Amino acid sequence: MKKWVAGVTAMTALVLAGCEAGDVENQTGDEGSVKLGSMFELTGAVSAYGNAEANAVSLAIDEINEEGGIDGKTIELFEYDTKSEDTEAASVATKLATQDGVSAIIGPATSGATKSAIPSVNRAEVPLVSPSATDDTVTIDGNGDVQPFAYRIGFQDSFQGVSLAKFAETELDAQTAIILGDNSSDYATGLSATFKENFSGEVVGEENFTADESDFSAVLTRIKNEDFDVLFVPGYYEQAGLIIKQAREMGIEQPILGPDGFGNDTLIDLAGAGNVSDVYYTSHFSVNSEDPKVQGFIESYEETYGSEPDMFSALAYDAVFVVKQAIEEAGDNAPTAVNDALAELSDFEGITGAFSFDENHNPIKSVTIVELQDGEEVNTTEVSPK
Amino acid sequence: MRILNKTNGIWMILIVLSFGLLQGAILLGLIDAFYEITLVTILINMILAIGLNVIIGFSGQFSLGHAGFMAIGAYATGILTKQFPNYGGMAAGIVVGGIIAGIVALIVGIPTLRLKGDYLAIATLGVAEIIRIIILNMGDLTNGAAGLSGIPYLSTWYIGFFLAVVVLIFAANYKYSSVGRATISVREDEIAAESLGIHTTRYKTIAFVMGAVTAAIAGSIHATYFSVISPDQFNFMKSIDILIIVVFGGIGSLTGSVIAATVLGVLNVFLQPFGSFRMILYAIALISIMIFKPSGLMGTKELNISSFIRKKDKSENKKREEKVR
Repeated sequence: MKKWVAGVTAMTALVLAGCEAGDVENQTGDEGSVKLGSMFELTGAVSAYGNAEANAVSLAIDEINEEGGIDGKTIELFEYDTKSEDTEAASVATKLATQDGVSAIIGPATSGATKSAIPSVNRAEVPLVSPSATDDTVTIDGNGDVQPFAYRIGFQDSFQGVSLAKFAETELDAQTAIILGDNSSDYATGLSATFKENFSGEVVGEENFTADESDFSAVLTRIKNEDFDVLFVPGYYEQAGLIIKQAREMGIEQPILGPDGFGNDTLIDLAGAGNVSDVYYTSHFSVNSEDPKVQGFIESYEETYGSEPDMFSALAYDAVFVVKQAIEEAGDNAPTAVNDALAELSDFEGITGAFSFDENHNPIKSVTIVELQDGEEVNTTEVSPK
Repeated sequence: MRILNKTNGIWMILIVLSFGLLQGAILLGLIDAFYEITLVTILINMILAIGLNVIIGFSGQFSLGHAGFMAIGAYATGILTKQFPNYGGMAAGIVVGGIIAGIVALIVGIPTLRLKGDYLAIATLGVAEIIRIIILNMGDLTNGAAGLSGIPYLSTWYIGFFLAVVVLIFAANYKYSSVGRATISVREDEIAAESLGIHTTRYKTIAFVMGAVTAAIAGSIHATYFSVISPDQFNFMKSIDILIIVVFGGIGSLTGSVIAATVLGVLNVFLQPFGSFRMILYAIALISIMIFKPSGLMGTKELNISSFIRKKDKSENKKREEKVR
């Protein structure tokens, strides 16, 4: 008996799935509204980034709709969760591109999920704009050709390494540097490679740790005995916070440089505000900017979500406006027309800076390097591309 | 026993019928690109669950490292098809992945399966992590943490369907063979089996190696269908996901695994629009199944056509007898 119940349930589910598929028709090019897709890591390992970005996307779309939409058409948002799983990202991207018939997709937050979604959008020919996939290989395929339908808003990892090296030489007068990174992380190995290449001084030491370590005293003692000017920590805030705390408590007084992975308030909580001095990190965005646009964004984000936006929210917010500008320039919301306009996009003015896309669909923008003293942002320096 | 008996014939018809239904639905546009991804995911999960069921359900050994063997298959195929982007490369990848996975399973299985108890669970847990860390550190060959991308898109749902059927037939034949019965006797009572002269370690190892090879096959399909693989995809949680399918369908029931993979795959699609509530609903569905049917959807039973035929024959015989009277 129970076997039958299970069987019938499964069959009904299958039949229903089939029916639903039949009901959905391809509505691309529909007059009256513009469909946009949002796919982020709302649950799972990297949901902190995903939620920050998904919030900013819906905020931006609400704002656009209040002001009359894109060319008089309101935006209809389709929002999905990728569960922080790569296969789910591929599946959701296909759903957005084929079933929901969106003009463009915004997301996902991480490089891995973005790479998994790209084959799906290439087949469906719908552009995808990732706010924060920073891995160098995201927008180019294995042969070095550009991925025709993938774009990103954040600068890529190698550029961070270049700017940090430049910054260390010119602003901090550093002659020697030590790199302390996680060699099992792609992010860290990429960053240290470009830093080494571009730093004209000498890298006197390279030390490693693994992602789940929390005691760095052994490696820091070794570093303390070296003679160096700056310490470069290519990693995320979870480890960097603890490294800063232990280094400062041990008496390592040299400036500490970090990538955009430092950009989370947890860094200061972990390290203790008093220890976070002479810390510099690359950021896509600074909350202290005088730009009225930035202040307006911070205000409305705080009003809606009750917390201060971070750079991930800012990038996602810009991603929506990049797509808006592309649709306006194309004068059409068919995905391929939007894609052509995105490739040609120039002089976009956003809250993370003004930029155009280069031939590899990467933004040409300047890097903001934030200086932290006693846990507070005191100064920002712009490092522009070569 | 003839190969072309009534039971096999009906199974054959069922397989052809489900293939025809799916093909028809695709031609009619009922299954579009999105549902096709779901379909292939279900087929991959089916192969994985059948393989794990051979280990857990038949030999009674607990393996927590299925994702590790899947990673071997995925990377072998990924690397080979990037060099030879054709079906030859893919076939080579499946074979090479299967062989490596089998050898690794042998190396782990022979010492640990000599012991009685849940030692395999701990060993496989470690092995899956070791495989992942090795892949992570193999430099340009596996491209480290970023993983391989741009793997040629070779798998279609036909290949997935074909391989799922092959694996299912293989596992079913194994279950009802003398080797399979010996394996099941080890699960039921290891000491009793030993006293009857059954080499328990050998049968446990056979089941374990079979499970590992099928996992590698599933990994190969995964790599060539999604065209992006990274070590993170094959973590501990992936092994748990497969375990959930096996437990949900019923430990020891192959048809249970097939049904569970389908139901969970379809459930996932239905819950997609619910966003973050999805995981709660998914969990509630799992918990309620475990409360109302603790042994899984099918328990240890199978959807059995031959017994169905027998019942029918019996009742017909009875009727005939009554008529005669």
